[in-house]
Amino acid sequence: MAAVTTSAERSLNKLAIVGVLIVTMIFLAPIYWIASTAFKPRNLATTIPPTVVFQPEISPFVKLFTKRSQLRTAPTPEQYAAAPWWERLVFDGGEKVVRSGRGEVQWSGYPSRFMNSLIVAITSTILAVGMGTFTAYGFSRFKIKGEQDLLFFILSTRMLPPVVVAIPMFLMYRAVGLNDTHWGLIILYTAFNLSFSVWLMKGFMDEIPKEYEEAALVDGYTRMEAFFKIVLPEAATGIAATAVFCFITAWNEYAFALIMTNRRAQTAPPFIPSQVGSGLPDWTVIAAGTFLFLLPVAIFTFLLRNHLLRGMSFGAIRK
Amino acid sequence: MTQIELRGVQKFFGAVQVIKDLNLKIDDNEFIVLLGQSGCGKTTTLRAIAGLETIDGGDVLIDGKPVQHLKAADRDIAMVFQSFSLYPHMSVYENIAFPLRAMRKSKAEIDGEVRSVAKVLQITDLLGKKPSALSGGDMQRVAIGRALVRRPKAMLMDEPIGALDAKLREEMRAEIKRLHIKQGSTTIYVTHDQIEAMSLADRIVIMHEGVLQQVGSPSEVYTRPANLFVAQFVGSPVMNVANAAVTMNGSGARVTVDGAAEGFLFPAELVGQLDAANVGQDRLALGIRPEGVMVSREPAYGYLPVEAHIIEPLGSYDIVDLKVGAQMLRARTRSGFVGKPGVQVFAKLDPAQAHFFDTTSGNSLGVRL
Repeated sequence: MAAVTTSAERSLNKLAIVGVLIVTMIFLAPIYWIASTAFKPRNLATTIPPTVVFQPEISPFVKLFTKRSQLRTAPTPEQYAAAPWWERLVFDGGEKVVRSGRGEVQWSGYPSRFMNSLIVAITSTILAVGMGTFTAYGFSRFKIKGEQDLLFFILSTRMLPPVVVAIPMFLMYRAVGLNDTHWGLIILYTAFNLSFSVWLMKGFMDEIPKEYEEAALVDGYTRMEAFFKIVLPEAATGIAATAVFCFITAWNEYAFALIMTNRRAQTAPPFIPSQVGSGLPDWTVIAAGTFLFLLPVAIFTFLLRNHLLRGMSFGAIRK
Repeated sequence: MTQIELRGVQKFFGAVQVIKDLNLKIDDNEFIVLLGQSGCGKTTTLRAIAGLETIDGGDVLIDGKPVQHLKAADRDIAMVFQSFSLYPHMSVYENIAFPLRAMRKSKAEIDGEVRSVAKVLQITDLLGKKPSALSGGDMQRVAIGRALVRRPKAMLMDEPIGALDAKLREEMRAEIKRLHIKQGSTTIYVTHDQIEAMSLADRIVIMHEGVLQQVGSPSEVYTRPANLFVAQFVGSPVMNVANAAVTMNGSGARVTVDGAAEGFLFPAELVGQLDAANVGQDRLALGIRPEGVMVSREPAYGYLPVEAHIIEPLGSYDIVDLKVGAQMLRARTRSGFVGKPGVQVFAKLDPAQAHFFDTTSGNSLGVRL
């Protein structure tokens, strides 16, 4: 094919670029909304029409991380002068930071909820992708009796909307003491993601020529060594793609986290809307919490973007 | 010193028997080629020796010890795959060093051995590259290097140059032969290309539908094929085969191919030898290679008039189709010897190059004239 473009094709190309820009803007609009609200003063967060130009401030983040209470009377100038800069931002909002009897700042629940989210999402992703990779390897490389039926059974676990089983799960978890524990959520999310992980990884495993391992077997390695030295590096793209999807699912899960946890193991999604402010809803604090919550997924996806792009088109090209 | 022996090896894939009672003894330093069409069981045999395939019966012996229960890693055999199977995420150096790392050798030892193998194969300048940056021939050299580097008891090669283009294949063929002469390791080589087999092998093992057909030196299988399959599989162009009738005529025998008016002249001993073989006339087939069909432009004693059909000029020689009765007999002539299609020429068969087969069993009757 000669690389000749006609003027009609060129204008079509420009049109396509405009189209892509519009779609991108539609997708990014909610994220812009959250990010901008996270840096707005409280009184500008809910104006109609929305405020677009404003002086950004970080008071929403200070409020997000601290426990606050309403000020009944304005702080005295001495109190105001003695407070660190970030505490003054809270004073300015008509609230004060709660301190213990010894004067220590009381943290809000957000940091621990955020940590819970990280612990639950990372652990369940490692488990789901790890088990999925091994299972997929087994299905891909060995003759297994009833392979098709087993694979269908694994897939069928995704055919029910998970929320349908929320109540029975809750009762079972309460009976065995998994309510409001990290492991409770980890097991749940691993179970959600496992079927997805097995199916996705099976596709990737099937693409890796058997001969690589056979070469390693003849070269003097055991099957396990061949798996770790040859198959895993070859499957890196698939593992990355699967991990991103599993992580996002576990990270964003709301319904089960709301039902199964309330304090110790609560993740960020059910926590953020519950902390709408000490008085009236403070949308800037919610936006700040949501904004920080978006970052890990964005960073994770960004770091793995090359693998992801290859992962999406894997198997589409005959090598 | 490595000898490999297969004793009554059987292999099934489900209900299909892919190797049927295979017996074969391979001597030290021998270059053996397993030759056959795809699906004949040659690759399965190779994989069974490597330990990548279990066998359902019989023994695989290396240096007299049964190894069929050993894992591939414990058989000390190297293999070169058709697809080369270079590990894509490793450099050429790492690929060649990989088998040595399995032996837990020191860094210095590994480095020395990788470099010396690279030198032999003239790939030293490629050591830092990834396999994806290599040409087909270089990939092949690296794959051979990876197999050679740990000095295995035996080398197995599964159509190692089948994926290369024709010119490169010829080059690599010569290189594999050179390497074998230099390194002298017991080698089993699988191919469906009879030219490769002829040019490389000390002995060729021809297989068909899981059954060993013939084992012999390239010239043996070429000049004395054990049966019709071998006769027609080895040699290019293919051997002419036609049903034939033998009659005594005066002092000599006449061999008349199906539908021909006249028979070719053969020595009288033919009749005696055929009688000894005890095969009915209706089961007799004549086989003769194109170079055994002699062509003359002038009538001569013993030559029958025939019509030239298609002429394939192949540079150094021509292949001419001659119409004899209902058959086409392909003859090999000097290039340009037969002017054009349609002319009448005269043909004779060289009795020394004629083969006779039992059409029912396909076996050669062992006639030597």
